[in-house]
Amino acid sequence: MLFNEPSPLETKVLSRRFGLPNSQSVETFVANEGFAAFRKAVAMTPEAIIDEVKKSNLRGRGGAGFPTGMKWSFVPRNNPKPKYIVVNADESEPGTCKDRLLIQNDPLQLVEGMMIAALVVGAKCGYIYIRGEYRYLIDIMDRAIADAYAKGWLGKNIQGTGFDFDVFTHTGAGAYECGEESALLESLEGKRGVPRIRPPFPAVAGLYRCPTVLNNVETFASVPSILLMGGEAWANLGTPRNGGTRLFCISGHVNKPGVYELPMGFNLMRMIEEVAGGMKGGRKLKAVIPGGSSCPILKAEECDIAMDFDALKAVNSMAGSGGVVVMDETTDMVKVALRIMRFYQHESCGWCIPCREGTLWLKKILTRVEGGMGQRNDAALLHELANNMLGRTFCPLGDAAAMPTISIVEKFRDEFEEYIRRSPMANVAAEESELAVGA
Amino acid sequence: MTLPPELEQKFSEIIGKYPPQHKRSALVPLLLYSQDALGKITPELVTEVARRVGVFPVQVEEVLTYYSMLHFPKPMGKYHVQICTNVSCQLTGGPELWERACKKLGLGHKEVSADGLISLEEVECIGACSWAPAIQINYDFHHFVTPEKLDELLDNLRQLQ
Amino acid sequence: MADPVKLTIDGIAVEAAPGTLLIEVAREMGKEIPAFCYYEGLTQVAACRMCLVEIDGMPKLMTACTQPVGEGMVVRTETPKLAEARKGTLEFLLTNHPLDCPVCDKGGECELQDMVFRYGAAESRYVEIKHHHEEQQWSPVVYFDPARCILCYRCVRVCSEGMGVNALGIVQRGAYAEIAPNHTDHLNCDECGACIDICPVGALTSDSYRYQTRPWEMNHVGTVCTHCSNGCKTTLGVRNDQILRGNNRDRSGINGEFLCVKGRYAFDFNESDERLTTPMIRKGGKLEPASWSDAIRFVAGKFKQVADAGRRIGVVGSARTTNEENYYLQKFARQVLGTQSIDHQRSGDVVTLLDALAGRQNALATVEDLYQSKAVLVIGTDLAQQHPLLHWQIRANWRHHGAHTYSVTAGPVREDQHTVGAVRAAEGQEIAALEQLRAQLAAEAELAIVFGDSVKGDAVRQLVAFGDSLGIPVKYVCLVDYVNSRGALDMGLTPELEPGYRAAADRGMTLPQMLADEHLAALWVVNADPLRDGALAAKDAFVVVQDLFLTATAQRADVVLPSASLYEKQGTVTNVCGEVQRLKKAAQTMGAKADLEIIGLIAKEMGAAAKMGPWMADKVFTEVQQVVAGYNVPLPVLATGGAAQTAPPSAKIGVETDPALIRSARDTLFTSGTLGSYSRKLDSLLESPGSLYQGEDALALTAQ
Ligand SMILES: Cc1cc2nc3c(=O)[nH]c(=O)nc-3n(C[C@H](O)[C@H](O)[C@H](O)COP(=O)(O)O)c2cc1C
Ligand code: SF4
Ligand code: FES
Repeated sequence: MLFNEPSPLETKVLSRRFGLPNSQSVETFVANEGFAAFRKAVAMTPEAIIDEVKKSNLRGRGGAGFPTGMKWSFVPRNNPKPKYIVVNADESEPGTCKDRLLIQNDPLQLVEGMMIAALVVGAKCGYIYIRGEYRYLIDIMDRAIADAYAKGWLGKNIQGTGFDFDVFTHTGAGAYECGEESALLESLEGKRGVPRIRPPFPAVAGLYRCPTVLNNVETFASVPSILLMGGEAWANLGTPRNGGTRLFCISGHVNKPGVYELPMGFNLMRMIEEVAGGMKGGRKLKAVIPGGSSCPILKAEECDIAMDFDALKAVNSMAGSGGVVVMDETTDMVKVALRIMRFYQHESCGWCIPCREGTLWLKKILTRVEGGMGQRNDAALLHELANNMLGRTFCPLGDAAAMPTISIVEKFRDEFEEYIRRSPMANVAAEESELAVGA
Repeated sequence: MTLPPELEQKFSEIIGKYPPQHKRSALVPLLLYSQDALGKITPELVTEVARRVGVFPVQVEEVLTYYSMLHFPKPMGKYHVQICTNVSCQLTGGPELWERACKKLGLGHKEVSADGLISLEEVECIGACSWAPAIQINYDFHHFVTPEKLDELLDNLRQLQ
Repeated sequence: MADPVKLTIDGIAVEAAPGTLLIEVAREMGKEIPAFCYYEGLTQVAACRMCLVEIDGMPKLMTACTQPVGEGMVVRTETPKLAEARKGTLEFLLTNHPLDCPVCDKGGECELQDMVFRYGAAESRYVEIKHHHEEQQWSPVVYFDPARCILCYRCVRVCSEGMGVNALGIVQRGAYAEIAPNHTDHLNCDECGACIDICPVGALTSDSYRYQTRPWEMNHVGTVCTHCSNGCKTTLGVRNDQILRGNNRDRSGINGEFLCVKGRYAFDFNESDERLTTPMIRKGGKLEPASWSDAIRFVAGKFKQVADAGRRIGVVGSARTTNEENYYLQKFARQVLGTQSIDHQRSGDVVTLLDALAGRQNALATVEDLYQSKAVLVIGTDLAQQHPLLHWQIRANWRHHGAHTYSVTAGPVREDQHTVGAVRAAEGQEIAALEQLRAQLAAEAELAIVFGDSVKGDAVRQLVAFGDSLGIPVKYVCLVDYVNSRGALDMGLTPELEPGYRAAADRGMTLPQMLADEHLAALWVVNADPLRDGALAAKDAFVVVQDLFLTATAQRADVVLPSASLYEKQGTVTNVCGEVQRLKKAAQTMGAKADLEIIGLIAKEMGAAAKMGPWMADKVFTEVQQVVAGYNVPLPVLATGGAAQTAPPSAKIGVETDPALIRSARDTLFTSGTLGSYSRKLDSLLESPGSLYQGEDALALTAQ
């Protein structure tokens, strides 16, 4: 089931089986190259597999873009403890809805990626942590897993290879922070989704403090194609150091919003104009959030850019999770900033002071400004407070909350000032405010 | 506390997924599936789940109150209408759907109709951004929701009972 | 030991052991890196973000509370950038803080107040509405004001990690996250108050101290808790002779910051309305108030009469009076009254243990040893209930050093949470059950054995033989009940042994024998209550009682002399591990006198002042040091609030004690013999049995 029309500009690698009849079954999967990469991997050494993944320039699709091959090489294989494979299917970054399609349309591709990772590190067990709202995906995944067990693709001595592997789904229950890898592990252990102190990283001490490979759904799902095509060929689909394709989730003010598989480094303007059918109602582009709501916003004039990790970093933004949110000239940036901050405030786990208190304060100021009660230096205060969070919080959620605010205030300051100019409190500064007394 | 047989079955299935010394891992799934099956989470259930996974009740409460899909102590309605207003939906009419639903149902955020049938919640991104605006009724997604479609969905709920 | 790591902090070259945290290294150098959540001995949480430092080559500011030293590291702890960051974080913190310092218990000793003073974030740019929180009462003693809480999680950690109780948790999320107890209205816990003590702000407060006073209005007197034999050092906060608070925040002494519910709250007996404040003499069948001089004269006269007539006098001493008083009392009994019938309620078979170990060095464990020993074996006692400091030490040893703990007990005990070998054995069967652990124990590098009163007589000798057969160094602790139970034995408060465990030439009567002796002419009871569950056979015996309260025994007395509590005395006491500590007088109850003074006055009245020597604690202790083997402990250690372990006798004692005389009162956390029954606070807590961790069900709980 597809929710939007595919685009002819797509490079269908991960999504090549999407839309096939019965695409979730072992039968369809195997008939269309499914488990072929696993068969290949069984004959390879762990080093050789890691090598291919390194050559592919696959970088984590969960947001941070860390090179996957390198991450896998950090797992101590001689450690006597059990090893685990954990899939991050918490997909909660606003603007992102691709892991959902990967599981819905091709659940076994993900399982195959997990199996290959398991071969590399010697894991016998894997968990797929799926956000609770995606209950129907858990059911799809459970059926696919059961099918795979029934046909000998999971469990003991898989297809006579002597390799044992179990996979289980695990449901989340509504918490963005559980997408952060260490908080995810805490949550998977039945605790509050509060991040852990790192180091040690999950590779060394992950689930149950055992060595763990933890990646995003799309990252795992990329691995079978890499082994089939060869790392180099896969890398060449994208730009230097940004291998392969990725699923971009285009949303907002475009004619054909949707999830499209495009090569890494695809130009953002082309993405909007050609893939997503251009701006809705022919209106002008104002801004784009390039990789989910945590990423600093781009103004229209910054959008002629290659969508890969390095190019976006060069303009002080991020490729993030592939959520491209397109905004036209009618967009009220104060409202956008407020809505984004409401999200981070709601989702802050509350563990550390700057994130817990900072998001709340920022939300309150933004609410006040948007509600027409802005004060003279509120824009400056927003900027300064967000900067007081940046780089000082326990986990990157604090940064994720601060960065969009900082960038929106910097790039669209006039809109904040306009709100404030119309406010009856326009001449009051926070520290002189009447409200401050006994508030 | 005795559980309905299907839930009991689900419990053993869930607990069976984790190594025996890590039964605690089952905590969140147990609570969520219990809520689905029983309609609410009660203090007795908290104690029961604590016992089953081998933790203290306060540790269940810690978890219970952390996750936004777990509603405790106040349960949500039989049909829980969740309207996303996060940024992609915000740009495409989510907030208008929210206002409309509030008016139509006469409910606010996390409020439940007097008969316990319908509840309403403004939710964070539900992973349907490219098909926004989107809403969820219980676990069912509805994409590209227009005001008319919203009305129809809500009217249907009343009929479903 | 691995080679030390060299690094530079604020331009100063330093060395530290690998793995040491920057915050600790800086502290050693005298640099206090600001921190709320970091707490030595508890797990790291890095939640407050105050301890940020700059490290060359690291793009982000790092938390000194989690960052171990690295070779060649260049660290800066005070820069404008850091001051800015800390100020920013404080400003965030204060947004929802009520700033009610003037009425807050913590005012004057609040870490938040200090920090704001240091970094300045007092004037806020926060103009939004603060969210309102109701104060909550979690237990009869614990109050929680969520608005003041800064979420440092110290309380949660000290409860779960330090105590093994798990009564606290964190509920809700984000800005609404809050500390919460196990049950919303009643803590099912040890009520130790560690959470209150460790709270850096005034979020957790105790019922007994709330709104009573300000820290600077009190005297802070370091002395020793009077309740159990563990002998925790406690700092009493005293105003106008009233004890308002017990804690040990300076972490000095054998217990560091630890105190149990009794140490923390049960000092209130001291000001009980039922305290005796005037001597009483029985007249016409009724106890009538009398002056001190009349009472003393009356007692001295009676004693002289009985002694001169060669009739039998029994003397019962106390496990809660000082070494000096015990020594002085037995000297008086033996030399002035000429009786060998002196005894006290014995609670552990120390004598047999010392006899079995005779001549050995280093065979008795100290409180510190329980924290250091690679393995600990607990026999026949529920330490968490009965010897809380020892439990705390063993648990900390496991947490910090991974020590192995074993237990042989009749029922579940809290050590089960981390035991590597637990055997259930009925009382009296423990020694036989030990065999099940032999192989495991023999494989340990060393062992400390702690045993209760069910191991006595021959069983003690068998235990020592078992220890010897393991072929590893073994140290022992023989558990006893009260603050100076051990000192009472050392000072010769038994008919068979004189001070220093010298066999008495001729034996007098034991306590049960005295009570049963129909011809007893006089009985002198000093701070003990033998008639609470015993009867006096001699109907006409002249009974003198020195006590704080009108106990069952005092009600039978002919003369009652009000005595001072341990908190009102100078002197020394000896704890369960044979460690001597010095008391400091913290308060005074008008009308009451220290037992030492009372005995001295009676001696003087009887014309025995010269023979007895002055009744000044220091002078008596000098004599104790000369006379009592093992007590030549270094005085400076005592003078500075430390504990010094006494040496055991160097030869066999050679005297058999009747094991039937040994019976522990088995006090729990919420009882403390006679004193406990006069503590309203303990009474109010009695319902909290700490049941959560008891019962087999709960055992599995924390095993993971
Ligand atoms: C606040 C926060 C939320 C995150 N949410 C997600 C998420 O929903 N899904 C995801 O795959 N990664 C998420 N991440 C990134 C993960 O921490 C982690 O980097 C990723 O799962 C690693 O997989 P990868 O290397 O394959 O990207 C999040 C990170 C942060 C800081
Ligand atoms: S109550 Fe005190 S100790 Fe506990 S988290 Fe709050 S501030 Fe810290
Ligand atoms: S002391 Fe380091 S973060 Fe609190």
